[in-house]
Amino acid sequence: MKKKLIFIFIFFAILKPSVGFSLVEIDITRGNLDPMPISVSPFFSDENTNVKIKNNINIENLGLEISKIIENNLEKTGLFDAIEKEAFLQKPDIAHLKPRFEDWALIKSQVLITGKVTSKIINDKDYINIEFKLWDVLGAKMVDGFSLTTTPRSWRRVGHKISDKVYERLTGENGYFDTRIIYVAEEGPKTQRVKKLALMDQDGFNTKYITLGNELVLTPRFNPANDKEITYMSYFRNMPRVYIVNLQTGEQKVVGDFRGMTFAPRFSPDGKKLIMSLAKDGNSEIWVRDLETNIQEKLTDHPSIDTSPSYSPDGKFITFNSDRSGYQQIYVMRSDGSKVKRISFGKGIYGTPVWSPRGDLIAFTKLHKGKFFIGVMRTDGSGERLLTENFYQEAPSWSPNGRIIIFYRETKTNDEGKGFSAKLWSIDLTGYNERLVKTETDASDPSWSSLLGN
Amino acid sequence: MNLSKIFKNALVVVMFGLIVTACATKKSVKTTETKTTKAAETVQKADPIEKLDALMQGDVYIGSDTVGELASGVPDRVFFATNETILTTASRETLRKQAAWLRQNSEVTVVVEGHADERGTREYNLALGERRANAAKDYLMTYGVSSDRIKVLSYGKERPVDSGSNPLSWSKNRRSVTVKAN
Repeated sequence: MKKKLIFIFIFFAILKPSVGFSLVEIDITRGNLDPMPISVSPFFSDENTNVKIKNNINIENLGLEISKIIENNLEKTGLFDAIEKEAFLQKPDIAHLKPRFEDWALIKSQVLITGKVTSKIINDKDYINIEFKLWDVLGAKMVDGFSLTTTPRSWRRVGHKISDKVYERLTGENGYFDTRIIYVAEEGPKTQRVKKLALMDQDGFNTKYITLGNELVLTPRFNPANDKEITYMSYFRNMPRVYIVNLQTGEQKVVGDFRGMTFAPRFSPDGKKLIMSLAKDGNSEIWVRDLETNIQEKLTDHPSIDTSPSYSPDGKFITFNSDRSGYQQIYVMRSDGSKVKRISFGKGIYGTPVWSPRGDLIAFTKLHKGKFFIGVMRTDGSGERLLTENFYQEAPSWSPNGRIIIFYRETKTNDEGKGFSAKLWSIDLTGYNERLVKTETDASDPSWSSLLGN
Repeated sequence: MNLSKIFKNALVVVMFGLIVTACATKKSVKTTETKTTKAAETVQKADPIEKLDALMQGDVYIGSDTVGELASGVPDRVFFATNETILTTASRETLRKQAAWLRQNSEVTVVVEGHADERGTREYNLALGERRANAAKDYLMTYGVSSDRIKVLSYGKERPVDSGSNPLSWSKNRRSVTVKAN
């Protein structure tokens, strides 16, 4: 396993195009080697701005809060180590104008982020303008930056956008911080769980509940082409069906007209189709529904259980799990249902295949010898790597840049049947940096959005 | 059924004998007093295993805990082996009782709820629950209950009756339950 990992890293390193960048650069594929020391100076703001922001959103020091968002985001990647603010020698306003690089080099910072918040009035409405600069301390120059104006309420998103810019500049990979996660919030005893749809920012803030918990809801998934839309399964009126919800308007509609239970929904990469399973008369098959023409079509035709379908990012293939061989295994077929091919042949049973947004890997859940694993394999089934092992975990979902997998994990209960919990976890594709994703309640079935639009 | 039960019990007794003798042989080096206490302990330790044996056949639950009644003398549920939808002899007997009662009470409609244990992925378990409920439905239909009186509803692993994380709890959760709908 270890040997295999090392091999893959080297492989990546050779293939990876070199980023055209002077000094600071991180090779993300290395996993948990020495994190890069980074300083995020509190963003500077004048007294007038402070008063206005306090009146608007009741936050004392917005500039400091924004710097904390950035620190938190970058530290959680495991690639950066944020230096304590008490160690900073230069004041935020002066640093933002022109840092004294020796001072930052002295505290061993390789990278410095500075910024400024200014209140603005446009058409009698309050706005904030946020300017940020990324400095290469050793190269003694500014390497990136931007300025944007937004409503005060969107301040957290600005922090995420800056984090994305820094991450992109330093790793050469796309960012994933200005994103949301939809999941199922869980409460109550194991035998009578109350489940609600919940939406939160990727860092756990701004949680909103989309349903009230009156009916059982499962497996929400974002439309990768529209971050305002999700699909999920609901037991509304004891009729388990797939729905699509517009998160902005709250408008909700049942998908298709099927006799039987529809479940396991997922959008196509362009958001124009929905694939799902239909269970009827003891048999589950995979169907696709064109959301523009409303034409629905059966893709599999087998007496076994065929479910958990997921499109390849080019929309040409679908991976799914089927027990046609006797046990749950992973298959790939063309998106018209032809050329079905089994790809998982390792020991154990395999389920919930999800195609990486980069197209080269499929994440899956594996059950072997009473343990559950989250792993990845190439799309032909080769190169299987298991990232994490536990009593129970499943439902991997990819970050939009394909570097991180989020999933849920359930605990074993004790002899009295107590101690059950369900939580979201994330792990890097490298198998390192496993982290609990904080949620207000217990949580399961996470789905990661694409980078948010405007 | 009866035969196999007798056989099982006989097996338990034989195994017991073996454990006790094995223990006795080992302990014979020591004093006779410790031998008897040790033997008694062995019996006590073996007790839960014997109990489990009486509650599960293979990994199908055969006990009566959690079993309710559809009507007086008519059990409401049947149990399944891991990943299986095959009806056992006992399950078929229960379903024949349900069918007989439903034939006598022709105004009653039912929902057959299919369930799975927690040791599978959520979506697969939804499909598995549906398969189990339909296995029960088909059998009821074979014994004269018309299909329009039977609705099927799969809960997958979402509604366990036993919150334990052990083989016995899981065996109770792998079930289909016939519930009156009117």
